[in-house]
Amino acid sequence: MSPGGLVRRWSPPLALIALIVAAWQFYSAHGNLGEDVLPGPGRVLAQGWEHRGDLWTNTLPTLRATLAGFGLSLAVGFGLSVLIDVSAALRRALTPVLVVTQTLPLIAIAPLVVLWFGFDLLPKVLLVAFVTFFPITVALTEGYAAADPDSEALLRSMGAGRWRIFRILRVPTAVPFFFAGLRIAITYAVVAAIFAEYAGATTGLGIYMQNAKNSFRTDLVLAAVGVSAALTLALFALTFAAERLLAPWTRAGRDA
Amino acid sequence: MTSVEIRGLNRSFDGVPVLKDLSLDVPEGEFVSILGPSGSGKSTMFSVLTGALAPSSGQVLLDGRPLAERPGRFAYMPQRDALLPWRRIIDNATLGLEIAGVRRAEARRRVEPLLETFGLAGYERSYPARLSGGMRQRAALLRTVVQERDVLLLDEPFGALDALTRTRMQQWVEGVWERYRWTVLLITHDVREAIFLSDRVYVFSPRPATVVKEVLVDLPRPRTLETVTDPKFVEIEAELLGTLLEERL
Ligand SMILES: Nc1ncnc2c1ncn2[C@@H]1O[C@H](COP(=O)(O)OP(=O)(O)O)[C@@H](O)[C@H]1O
Ligand SMILES: [Mg+2]
Repeated sequence: MSPGGLVRRWSPPLALIALIVAAWQFYSAHGNLGEDVLPGPGRVLAQGWEHRGDLWTNTLPTLRATLAGFGLSLAVGFGLSVLIDVSAALRRALTPVLVVTQTLPLIAIAPLVVLWFGFDLLPKVLLVAFVTFFPITVALTEGYAAADPDSEALLRSMGAGRWRIFRILRVPTAVPFFFAGLRIAITYAVVAAIFAEYAGATTGLGIYMQNAKNSFRTDLVLAAVGVSAALTLALFALTFAAERLLAPWTRAGRDA
Repeated sequence: MTSVEIRGLNRSFDGVPVLKDLSLDVPEGEFVSILGPSGSGKSTMFSVLTGALAPSSGQVLLDGRPLAERPGRFAYMPQRDALLPWRRIIDNATLGLEIAGVRRAEARRRVEPLLETFGLAGYERSYPARLSGGMRQRAALLRTVVQERDVLLLDEPFGALDALTRTRMQQWVEGVWERYRWTVLLITHDVREAIFLSDRVYVFSPRPATVVKEVLVDLPRPRTLETVTDPKFVEIEAELLGTLLEERL
């Protein structure tokens, strides 16, 4: 990108963020909540930096739960999408059940999952997967269905069977859809991990936030929130890098 | 090499007849074209030949034996080029060989000598999106011929090209065909294209498709730009156009 292009690309979001930070600082200093209840961005940053060791040791378990959960989510999402694509009966059977899973309130599910599976990694992994598999499944399923019928007729004329066609045509067709679904899913993943920790854990950003809140350290709560936002942004950016690597023929890939 | 005989083919969709008592011949080593209004049933006939669609009645004979006994004799090029956008040109070209179980290195070895002839040398590592319309069609044609099947089925291969590119492609195909003498069945709605390339032209009626005219084109080869001004060419063109226009009414 040219320097002019970089400025055009990045100045609107940076300007908006600066505006929000300035308003926050102003309200914290002059509003009626007080600096202890609503600390300004300067203090959040300074205290976050001072407690960076603690923040970091609590970020690692959250990141681990997020990535493991997301890995499970990819496997489950792909498996379900294949089942749905293979058989119309399975599709009819699975679709309503999957939709219902997405209507269950996490606030009720999370403590139960912790109750069933303990305070270790497993319940967090399950909850992250539970929250994120759906957009991936839907994206893949719709991606397969977008396969070009002419290409399918061509492959059949060449003697390709159903599984061959799935692998050579339907899966690659679904790749750009998959990345769109992945980006939606990834924005839920960190939040889901933190929520799972909130429901019961020994370490992690969720626990850190809870402890900080209980000792009225709103500045550290916000610092942990900042870390989780940064984590989500980083994972979001990674999806574009992955798309460039895995799908060099798509638009995202071609821009590289 | 194989000759194809289509005998009394019928097929309907939801009670609407699309092919009606359709019979035609594609003798071995001939270039045969089918002219017909769009929606008449030309692509449907190809679907029957590739086995994607079963006819309601009638049969297709290959060297005198039923199609079912001799599967996989046709190399099919769909109406749009159907290149897979995520495969480089070389991998699109080897697709049919790959599905036939030919190993990758061997498939490439068979395709590579043809890249030059097909005007694709230097582009084998490109994705289809980078290629012009004419190059994409040549890549799709390359993918079709390297399968080394007995008969090529080409469904409006130049339909989406601009007039100039289309004329160039016709001349190029005529030249390559002279060299390889494939048995070809080509669908087009361009009368000049049909005459320029073919030994034999069939005219289809509007839906339901049946043969309303068969014309032998005994113009000398190689055919050139002069061919289209040959009085015989002009005469055949008038005859075919007349038939097509009558059928429209
Ligand atoms: N699978 C199908 N189901 C129902 N109707 C079809 C199907 N395939 C083709 N048709 C109909 O058959 C007719 C002929 O189609 P087609 O063979 O594609 O025409 P052409 O290739 O000559 O333009 C059209 O009216 C089309 O709508
Ligand atoms: Mg057609």
